[in-house]
Amino acid sequence: MNDNVNSDSKYYNNPLTRPHIKWGKLEEANNFAHKVKLFRQHALSEDDFRRFRLQHGAYGSRLQMGYSMVRIKIPGGEITPEQLEKIASLSEAFSIGSAHVSTRQNIQLHWVQLEDVSEVMRGLAEVGLTTREACGNTVRNVMCSHFAGVCAKEEFDASPYSKAIAQFFLRNPMCQNLPRKFKVNFSCCNEHGLVRIADIGLVPMINENGVKGFRIYLGGGLGAASFLGHLVEPFTPENRLLSTCLATIRLFDRHGNRENMARNRMRYFVHEIGWDIFQRMVFKERSIVEMTMAGSTLESFRVLLEGHQREVFKIQNKHLELPILNTQNTSTNDSFNRWMNTNIVHQKQQGYFTAFVTLGAGDITANQLRVLAASIRELSIERTARNTPQQNFAIRYINGKDVLNFYTRLADAGLTNPGALTIASAVGCTGTTSCNLAITNSHRLAKEIEYKFLELQYDIDEDLRDSTIKISGCPNSCGQHEIATIGFFGGASRIENSMAPTYTMLFSGSTGEQGELGKTIMRVPAKRVIDILRKIIEIYRQEKSGNETLKHWIRRIVNGAGTGNIRGVEDIKRLLSPIAQLDPIDLDPESYRDYGTDIRFSAKTARGECAA
Amino acid sequence: MNTKKLQSTNSHAKIPLICNTDTVQALILNNSARIVDVRKSEEYLQSHIRSAASLPLSQILEKEPSGIIEILKNLGVTDTLPVVIYDDTFGALAARVAWTLQYVGHSNTSLLEVTYSQWKRMGLETESNNNKFPKVEHAMRINHKIQADASYVDLAKEQENKFLVDSRERLNFLTEHIPNAKNIPYTMLRSDNNILRKPEEIRRLIENRGMSTDSEYITYCGSAGTLSGLAFFALKSAGIKNVKLYSKSFREWKLLGKVKEEFKDANYWDLSAD
Ligand code: SF4
Repeated sequence: MNDNVNSDSKYYNNPLTRPHIKWGKLEEANNFAHKVKLFRQHALSEDDFRRFRLQHGAYGSRLQMGYSMVRIKIPGGEITPEQLEKIASLSEAFSIGSAHVSTRQNIQLHWVQLEDVSEVMRGLAEVGLTTREACGNTVRNVMCSHFAGVCAKEEFDASPYSKAIAQFFLRNPMCQNLPRKFKVNFSCCNEHGLVRIADIGLVPMINENGVKGFRIYLGGGLGAASFLGHLVEPFTPENRLLSTCLATIRLFDRHGNRENMARNRMRYFVHEIGWDIFQRMVFKERSIVEMTMAGSTLESFRVLLEGHQREVFKIQNKHLELPILNTQNTSTNDSFNRWMNTNIVHQKQQGYFTAFVTLGAGDITANQLRVLAASIRELSIERTARNTPQQNFAIRYINGKDVLNFYTRLADAGLTNPGALTIASAVGCTGTTSCNLAITNSHRLAKEIEYKFLELQYDIDEDLRDSTIKISGCPNSCGQHEIATIGFFGGASRIENSMAPTYTMLFSGSTGEQGELGKTIMRVPAKRVIDILRKIIEIYRQEKSGNETLKHWIRRIVNGAGTGNIRGVEDIKRLLSPIAQLDPIDLDPESYRDYGTDIRFSAKTARGECAA
Repeated sequence: MNTKKLQSTNSHAKIPLICNTDTVQALILNNSARIVDVRKSEEYLQSHIRSAASLPLSQILEKEPSGIIEILKNLGVTDTLPVVIYDDTFGALAARVAWTLQYVGHSNTSLLEVTYSQWKRMGLETESNNNKFPKVEHAMRINHKIQADASYVDLAKEQENKFLVDSRERLNFLTEHIPNAKNIPYTMLRSDNNILRKPEEIRRLIENRGMSTDSEYITYCGSAGTLSGLAFFALKSAGIKNVKLYSKSFREWKLLGKVKEEFKDANYWDLSAD
């Protein structure tokens, strides 16, 4: 495993260009090119090639198997300026000149010709990145809250653990042919992070004896059928982290359903045999793992972890400066203040700030990536960025006195849209822009919502701030619609003899340790989603009691505990239904076309390789 | 580098298709080549590479070959004098001019491997003189082998061993293209500092696609043959012998109402952050 660490290139020897891990391997790029040739010459079967391709992070593109979506893993979400710049160049050379931040801290390049995927991998390897096991039946990108290390509520920084786990399982023989994909998410505290919708979710904690460890949740996940993870025990000390993960993966490998593609995620197995039984199996398996695990395995994990712990950025001398708000330049003041208000948070390190870069459904151009990289290099003293499951970038450790400078530099590149931490920053999976399984253009809808909400200034409304909107283009949940305050997943409805793009709307999903899954409310035509959202907000503004936010009000409605005119879901549905009603196609042709196209809607999908 | 060879004035040495800055500096020093700047004349007058002549792209685009030959004569370019062309538009404009000169019979035409901005960044010599050159003679020898028109492309698109290369960016290609064309966007061909990647890299990109370098290649782009002009030189530099430019490109193809391949089943434009 040590060959992942360090190398001879100047990039790795420069202490400034952290991190030092080399996730990528040049020989894998060459091998990929070779396999593509074999496949094209029919010397490799379609099934074998597909498995190989997915193992190496390339999905087939929508109804065009000659193109791929290349998924770049960003373990823990940490990415350096040099890596961002390389992705910029690769997106121009081989993709569409834009890159796309996913909801699981990957960065995706779309519409790459299959024959060029190896070139992308080659470029990535030069800066230490990999696509290996980004798709397929493997341990996917290991996530870590983008607040880890700077969150005021965290007990310790989970980032080094997330990267050590990622490194331990990457290319690990035991993870090369799991029954299905396997997701691991670390959070910083009980609030941030997606710990209950992963196969393994981990919240760092220190117990009463001062021992570091985690609250570990198992068997969660979103999809056509979703489940929340279960807490395995009140406290798992850090020296049992590896064995608990190993035991879980071994159980899944042994018992997971390899027959039925639709039901082979670990959460189904846990659900079918019941949590109590699974929990006992985990404990038993963990004892076996701990008894039989070679000392060298534990030792190698410890070495990885310590390597990552050494890498953790710490400020040397504490600055105690407050943010300096520019009051001189009045022309930019308004937009700057708005941005400050919606895109900046204090860190636990006093005087330092985390700035969020709002992206439309995660899209960023090559030039914007370069500007971002240069700004990070100069103004984030940590010199890295993190990508977030809200499809934005978080730039941390900006000194208070540099915040305005940071803003000004990004503004020229169109990277200072406000609203990153508000309802305006809608999440949308790729949908029909590139996914084989998509029914609707969820990607564009998320962008449309963002434009509209910023125009309506919903981002500055404190009452809407903690609400989220997330959209998937089909029931598969890559857009994480089930953990949104208001979520949508795409489908098709027949009205008389015509098909219209529609979404199923869900209310009151949430993240964090107390997270809940959204409840299905009703179907909404694609072209009416924005109207419906505006109506919901209008009703809320009339109905809310006291200081309650939209999020709290919606929860109350879902629980049937509303007061006033809207007591429960049925009441609000009655008010929304007229908006959701469509006229026949000849009276309203617009509603029978999805966003981004002028042709009539029809639901076209191809074999899924599961873009989740 | 052997500069002696380049010094002989009567019959000039053939220079590499893509000239690096060392070669060009030596050529300038020995006054043994014509350096041609294809940017707008205002830009030329502000500053340009030392000893360069001005020949903006717009002056040659619609010209008959005889008019191009007149221009060469007025720039003091004899039949064998090396010509090195540069621009500040990632090489595409320079490539279109260079192809035109090759087409009318000046085969000793090359591209400078960097743009003018890069030349300046490297601290190499510039000046702002409006250089003029004594008129010389130049013969016309049309090189039909490097040119393709619509009817040629129409036939070629169905023929094995001929590759039609579309140099436009991916999303334009996906939207519509000439049937059977292969997409090699111009953005794929350049490197961080140079207008083109190294020949062996371009070869690798072609070979990755399973395309034989012994085949005939025809490049085209959206309108004026600039992006595809750059592709023409890229393929040539990679050692492909038989390369043609469809200089009227996809704009003419569409005007002629010829058949296109389209792809409407995905909303890929919505992925662009522009
Ligand atoms: S599978 Fe469905 S949810 Fe996932 S990216 Fe495709 S359309 Fe979106």
